[in-house]
Amino acid sequence: MFGLNKKDGTLFLIVIAMTLLAPFIFNPFPTDSAMAQFNAGYPDLLQRFVIFGIFAIGFNILFGLTGYLSFGHAAFLGVGSYAAVWIFKLFTYNVVPAIIFAVIVAAIFSVLIGFISLRRSGIYFSILTLAFAQMSFALAYSVLSNPRFNLTNGETGLQVYDADPQMFHHEGLPGMPHLFGLPMRATHEMTLGGWAFNFNVGYYFSGLFMLLAFYLAIRIFRSPFGMMLRAIKSNNTRMTYTGLNAKPYTLAAFVVSGMYAGLAGGLLAAMDPLAGAERMFWTASGEVVLMTILGGAGTLIGPVLGAGLIKYMENIVSKINDNVLHQWFSFMPDGLEDVMVTLIHPFVGKGWNLTLGMIFVLVVIFLPGGLVEGGQRIARLFRGKKAREAEKSTQSNPAE
Amino acid sequence: MTKSNFTRRGVLKTGAGASAGLAMPMFFTASSAAAYTNEPKGGTVTLGFNVPQTGPYADEGNDELLAQQLAVEHLNGEGDGGCLNTFTSKALKGNGILGKKVTFVSGDTQTKSDAARASAKSMIEKDGAIMVNGGSSSGVAVAVQGLCQDAGIIFMVGLSHSNDTTGKDRKANGFRHFFNAYQSGAALAPVLAKEMGADRRAYHLTADYTWGWTQEESIVASTEAMGWETVNTVKTPLASTDFSSYIAPVINAGADVLVLNHYGGNMVNSLTNAVQFGLLDKVVNGKDFQIVVPLYSELMAAGAGENIKGVLGSMNWNWQLQDEGTKAFVKSFGEKYGKPPSNSAQTCYAQVLLYADACERAGTFNPCGVAEALEGFEFDGLGNGKTLYRAEDHQCFKDVLVVRGTQNPTNQYDTLEIVEVTPVEQVTYAPNHPMFGGDEASLGTCNPGA
Amino acid sequence: MDSFILQILNGLDKGSAYALIALGLTLIFGTLGVVNFAHGALFMIGAFCAVTLQRLLSISHTVIDETQKDFLGNPLKVEQPYVIDWFGPEIGNGLIEWSVPLAVIFAIPVMVGVGYAMERGLIKHFYNRPHADQILVTFGLAIVLQEIIKYFFGANPIPTPAPDALNGVVNFGAALGLEVTYPLWRIVYFCFAAVIIGAIFAFLQFTTFGMVVRAGMADRETVGLLGINIDRRFTIMFGIAAAVAGLAGVMYTPINSPNYHMGMDFLVLSFVVVVVGGMGSLPGAVLAGFMLGILESFASTTWATTTIPGINQVIIYLVAIIVLLTRPRGLMGRKGVMED
Repeated sequence: MFGLNKKDGTLFLIVIAMTLLAPFIFNPFPTDSAMAQFNAGYPDLLQRFVIFGIFAIGFNILFGLTGYLSFGHAAFLGVGSYAAVWIFKLFTYNVVPAIIFAVIVAAIFSVLIGFISLRRSGIYFSILTLAFAQMSFALAYSVLSNPRFNLTNGETGLQVYDADPQMFHHEGLPGMPHLFGLPMRATHEMTLGGWAFNFNVGYYFSGLFMLLAFYLAIRIFRSPFGMMLRAIKSNNTRMTYTGLNAKPYTLAAFVVSGMYAGLAGGLLAAMDPLAGAERMFWTASGEVVLMTILGGAGTLIGPVLGAGLIKYMENIVSKINDNVLHQWFSFMPDGLEDVMVTLIHPFVGKGWNLTLGMIFVLVVIFLPGGLVEGGQRIARLFRGKKAREAEKSTQSNPAE
Repeated sequence: MTKSNFTRRGVLKTGAGASAGLAMPMFFTASSAAAYTNEPKGGTVTLGFNVPQTGPYADEGNDELLAQQLAVEHLNGEGDGGCLNTFTSKALKGNGILGKKVTFVSGDTQTKSDAARASAKSMIEKDGAIMVNGGSSSGVAVAVQGLCQDAGIIFMVGLSHSNDTTGKDRKANGFRHFFNAYQSGAALAPVLAKEMGADRRAYHLTADYTWGWTQEESIVASTEAMGWETVNTVKTPLASTDFSSYIAPVINAGADVLVLNHYGGNMVNSLTNAVQFGLLDKVVNGKDFQIVVPLYSELMAAGAGENIKGVLGSMNWNWQLQDEGTKAFVKSFGEKYGKPPSNSAQTCYAQVLLYADACERAGTFNPCGVAEALEGFEFDGLGNGKTLYRAEDHQCFKDVLVVRGTQNPTNQYDTLEIVEVTPVEQVTYAPNHPMFGGDEASLGTCNPGA
Repeated sequence: MDSFILQILNGLDKGSAYALIALGLTLIFGTLGVVNFAHGALFMIGAFCAVTLQRLLSISHTVIDETQKDFLGNPLKVEQPYVIDWFGPEIGNGLIEWSVPLAVIFAIPVMVGVGYAMERGLIKHFYNRPHADQILVTFGLAIVLQEIIKYFFGANPIPTPAPDALNGVVNFGAALGLEVTYPLWRIVYFCFAAVIIGAIFAFLQFTTFGMVVRAGMADRETVGLLGINIDRRFTIMFGIAAAVAGLAGVMYTPINSPNYHMGMDFLVLSFVVVVVGGMGSLPGAVLAGFMLGILESFASTTWATTTIPGINQVIIYLVAIIVLLTRPRGLMGRKGVMED
């Protein structure tokens, strides 16, 4: 199926189903219930799930396969966003040219940076990529937004103004990013009893790209090219001795993953036409590293899970304030209610970073393979011992 | 023509007919069921408070959040009513807004445009917030203001001091109570001339991003207008933590005033460094060296500690004012939280009341009606004296405070003393002032969303 | 000339902070082979040792002063520190004023303890795990540590002034007829850094313990085979590295008021310093620290920024790129350390 083996095919089918049904899956609680706080099925967050999923999948092609840890990947996402917004400003709000241009610009950028950075390996490579990304951030934040030559609009972020030319924009087209007239923001709501589900054009548009990106990643993982990349990871020296020049392969992987980042950046701009310099800051680069490792580096689905978890924490847990806590525990007697609120208070709302940090530590201690390993363990529990043995035999030809 | 809907509540409710719903095309024109984005349907109305809760401005954000919670209490008729008793508009009855109980959701801007927009979107899309209030930086304010304009809800700007917010980036759905860099310059210049003389030579250190530039431009213009000379303007990177290499050259530059166009942690560090280098003890050109921090906040003053003694700056409001509105607010806030409110807290508190009052007077939550009610609205009793929400650019015009770091503080909150209350006439400018986008700047049209 | 000397001084004093942090980071890399993303957090915790001591010394009981009013118009509650009750106003105020230098003594056991606990409790389990896992766990730990500090101390910077006696400026150039004034505390900081760096090198060079550690850094397995408990020594080195970072933080507090995210501000920079110096090389880390400090100072002069706009924002990274492209393992790096 799709030219994939059975296992990958099943995984891909599951991902397709998850993507299509996400508006249901992430809205398990009725709108008016106290648990609705945990619903994540609103367009903006769903879009972020898939877009950062793309970003992490791309990062994983470089890091998971070759072991080269880029600490400046957010730069490609950033330039992708800027490129897309410039298309919006100069030509049209149609997202297709914007996304194509974003990917192209990110590709050019990653060829340049990759060509230089890949002259070194290990931590030296990481610091080179970090240095390039930090330089891009610093320049975008201030120098490149000076009034004479305003390429990035600095602190505020690049956005579309009424005075912009928008050459191919005409009456009748929506004044926001759209796909041939179909606005990215259009949402259809369906209510079912107490539940409300949102079907958003932008989400499905990005979701489609995520599926394509995911499919492509599977193909790369299973291709001779992917094999070559793994060989680089496990023993670069041996590769060189066999007479193979590893550099074109790593550069190709670097550029592919840079293009993924550019695609993610372009999509972010397409969902919300504003590109800020913080997207290129080192913490953003660090975030994608964490997403990938948290989910499970080198696995297919891991990065997507990692991206989802981090974005969920950022958007859902940060919004739980004391008021919400009091509502949850209002059924308890007063004294107990206050105790519960005091206990949970440091971990939610403004303390969401603390919870995130603790999750990192706990996951890496107890699930060395990331969230994917957690999933595998649960699956094994269900499948019983026989399956466990079978699993072992399939795992005897590991990825590296 | 396709209308798009930003939110779930603004959309046709398809009822329980799931299959019918699924069979429908993915996009459709908005129904007449909702007149505007997030029209409140039940007995409550939800406000969105979007403030920094992590990162360097977390404490300021927390102060804003406390003030907003207090405002919600007062609107719902709980607590002592605060400024509802002193506000000149008597439309608010302490029974919520338009009879609906006020609830709120909070979010974390992280002082990043992207994160702030994500958080605001989740309030609008998920929680059905009818307005967004708060924030602690101009970049974020402009970004969220643009979002609210597109979404069709009202944005009440929190702490944002850049001219652009109500200048070239002004929006029909956005309103700013806080003052701006131009007003700082206009208020400070006469005081500076009086205190330091009209023949000073100023050296500017400026945070290298949009807000820093507009403030530098404003201060340079207003000080040069009264005879000062600008020796040099130096941009410092935002990420700087140690300003010594920028401070050191000041000593030999022949300047006798240092203007620090920095905010937050940048300002705390640059001022601390400047004092370390003994600038305040120097005599240059036969005059005592002086430092000016055009934009002050209580938290910055607390962070800089002893170093701010005698340093002049400007503020939107201060808890030591003696008018009725201030007294009522400080009492209410102080009794609940045990500390006096900061000026960003006061702005956010006032913005919530102003919004609620506008809804009452307009008789609707429709952003266009609310905007109309706010435009040209004159009021008093919220602590800033007589204030006008100007219709042309949605900027509040009110007195500006010139303050100075207290020499002999009597308690831990006594960090700044009021030097002068600059009357509003002196800080008023034309809506098409060149620093505010000139003739090109326009609010656009009000967007009610659906 | 004056400004030239000033910028050199500036660079040295910026560089001392970089060098101290990078030194600790390299000690951990070199001995344990761990990429420690929590090192910035250790620097920050050190700074908050100073804040904590200041707070401890200022623990007060309240005296109600009827003659003054607080902000709500109630009688003012004056805080009277216990140390003043116990030692009288002179010594009491003196103690509070000297809290930052005193915190050096306070911080050493605290930081060694924190370092020891970190290594034994967490990092020990990650020696044989991939670097990626080490990054994730130490980064997570760094977030947890800084959030704990934020919970107790807030996000706003906390002023921690140096004692008045060390707060003035020194005029260097007086003898030469030049006008070069420099803050006394920054000179103290530089000297302090020099002493610490010297002490670490002397310790590694001239003691048996140091010799074993150096041998272990070069070839851990062989040293282990010789029947030496190298792990225990490395744990102690981790404690020492934590103490170095912590002391750098303590002494830094009067220069810039500490806040909870100061560690993250320094983290990336210190990694760049370490890598430019060369992985695993202690002299390299120190050299790169001072070099980047001085270059950063010169890049922020008006002359530099008008010649190349924005150079002050990117100089460190630009230098890092140039160094790494011309010298594959940084200034003094060894072959094979962290290259895969």
